[in-house]
Amino acid sequence: MPQTASLHLTNRLHIHIVLESESERERERGARMAEAVVLLDVWVSPFGQRCRIALAEKGVAYEYKEEDLANKSPLLLQANPVHKKIPVLIHDGKPVCESLVIVQYIDEVWSDGAPILPADPYARAQARFWGDFVDKKIYDCGIRLWKLKGEAHQEAKKEFIEILKVLEAELGDRKYFGGDAFGYVDIALVPFFAWFYTYETCGGFSVEAEAPKLVAWGKRCMERESVSQTLYDPLKVYEFVCSLKKKYGIE
Amino acid sequence: MDQQPPIPPSDLKLLGSWADSHTHRVQLALKLKGLPFQYQEEDPLRPSAALLIHNPVYKNLPVLLHRGCPVLHSIIILHFLDDTWPHHRSLLPSDPFDRATARFWSHFADDKLAPAVAAVFSSEGDGQKAAVDQVHQNLKLLELELGDGGAFGGRRFFGGDEIGFLDIVLGCGSYWLAVFEEVMEVKLVDPEAFPRFHAWLRDFEDQREVKETIPAIDKLLEYARTVRQMMLGGVATAAAGDNAASN
Repeated sequence: MPQTASLHLTNRLHIHIVLESESERERERGARMAEAVVLLDVWVSPFGQRCRIALAEKGVAYEYKEEDLANKSPLLLQANPVHKKIPVLIHDGKPVCESLVIVQYIDEVWSDGAPILPADPYARAQARFWGDFVDKKIYDCGIRLWKLKGEAHQEAKKEFIEILKVLEAELGDRKYFGGDAFGYVDIALVPFFAWFYTYETCGGFSVEAEAPKLVAWGKRCMERESVSQTLYDPLKVYEFVCSLKKKYGIE
Repeated sequence: MDQQPPIPPSDLKLLGSWADSHTHRVQLALKLKGLPFQYQEEDPLRPSAALLIHNPVYKNLPVLLHRGCPVLHSIIILHFLDDTWPHHRSLLPSDPFDRATARFWSHFADDKLAPAVAAVFSSEGDGQKAAVDQVHQNLKLLELELGDGGAFGGRRFFGGDEIGFLDIVLGCGSYWLAVFEEVMEVKLVDPEAFPRFHAWLRDFEDQREVKETIPAIDKLLEYARTVRQMMLGGVATAAAGDNAASN
């Protein structure tokens, strides 16, 4: 009887390996395969989510380990001694750090799955450029939206809207940033789709009004299981940021 | 090896600046891969119309034009060169884990080491002392990786026996260490504290292609002194200081 394993990624952060075979050896083999790939992460991290989406797109089984950033595990400190940050992908005991480095690694190792970076060298360069743009711009500017007040806040709002407009222009009328295929830039940016509600609420603007194509793109990405199973409800993200604000005594 | 037709020099055009380490990265990479190219000198403070058209988002250098299409950011350009000319000498390693390691440390070079070095140049007094300490901490991390058990342990270069991607990224920029040591009168690369890094840098700068790429040290010294004087004199715009400091 053919033995198949199907992997379900749930929103509760656990990897359920559902085996249709009753064989204990199959169960062990499946568990070993998942243990060969470990992701150190934090549930709400958009950087960690990039890795989760990439792994899901490639159908790679892995073990997810939630980190407490206030109390980092010895494994995290050993795996990323330079920055001590998540996400870290540990593959056969070897750590890979930084989300977009991890996404490229996943693409190169599991090369038989759908490609994340396009084949054409120029398209690859453009994808890397925009992935880097998202990295440099969104998160840091977004933090300023909920941390700062007064003139600094207004400055952050202006900058953030400008970032949205640049991305909107780059997307144009394409289905995804990768064209017809969901790819590297989509993976780099889509976790922040769940943060749009937080950014617009804290920033005092509407993302949809400023970048309607971007919002439509985000909704299209959410139709993909890899994305919908990874991103959290925007209200939950907002709740999280509110708890951070309370913790830092903001507002 | 595939027989590729010779590449016309007009296919590749590099917009760069003579004192810009990111420009040097691309020049060195093109040289190592044996790719002919045209070069256009740009003034980073006065971007040309071409630069503004090809890099509207950042308006910075270098820009590589391949048959008129722009490729931006030196690290991305190096990847592009490998992707487009895979049969010419590879810059990146072939193993995915080694590639990930090289990429990680290339980001370290740009996000941690370079700003720390720049801070040494643009600060004074206690601020400068803190900046020097930060450079030392960063060099210590690289020193560890070059040692036994490190990611690059036992190697002459980060790329192995020959210089590669990470050597290019770290090396083009590390020459500023010696320049700032002299201009700022600080000690950055102490051969006793960082023997492996010191040896690597010496061997890197000894490579023929590197010597042909990096400007003579006295030109760099003169440039750094001029910018520093302007900064102290308060005459320079912030951009001038940033330009020198981030190179």
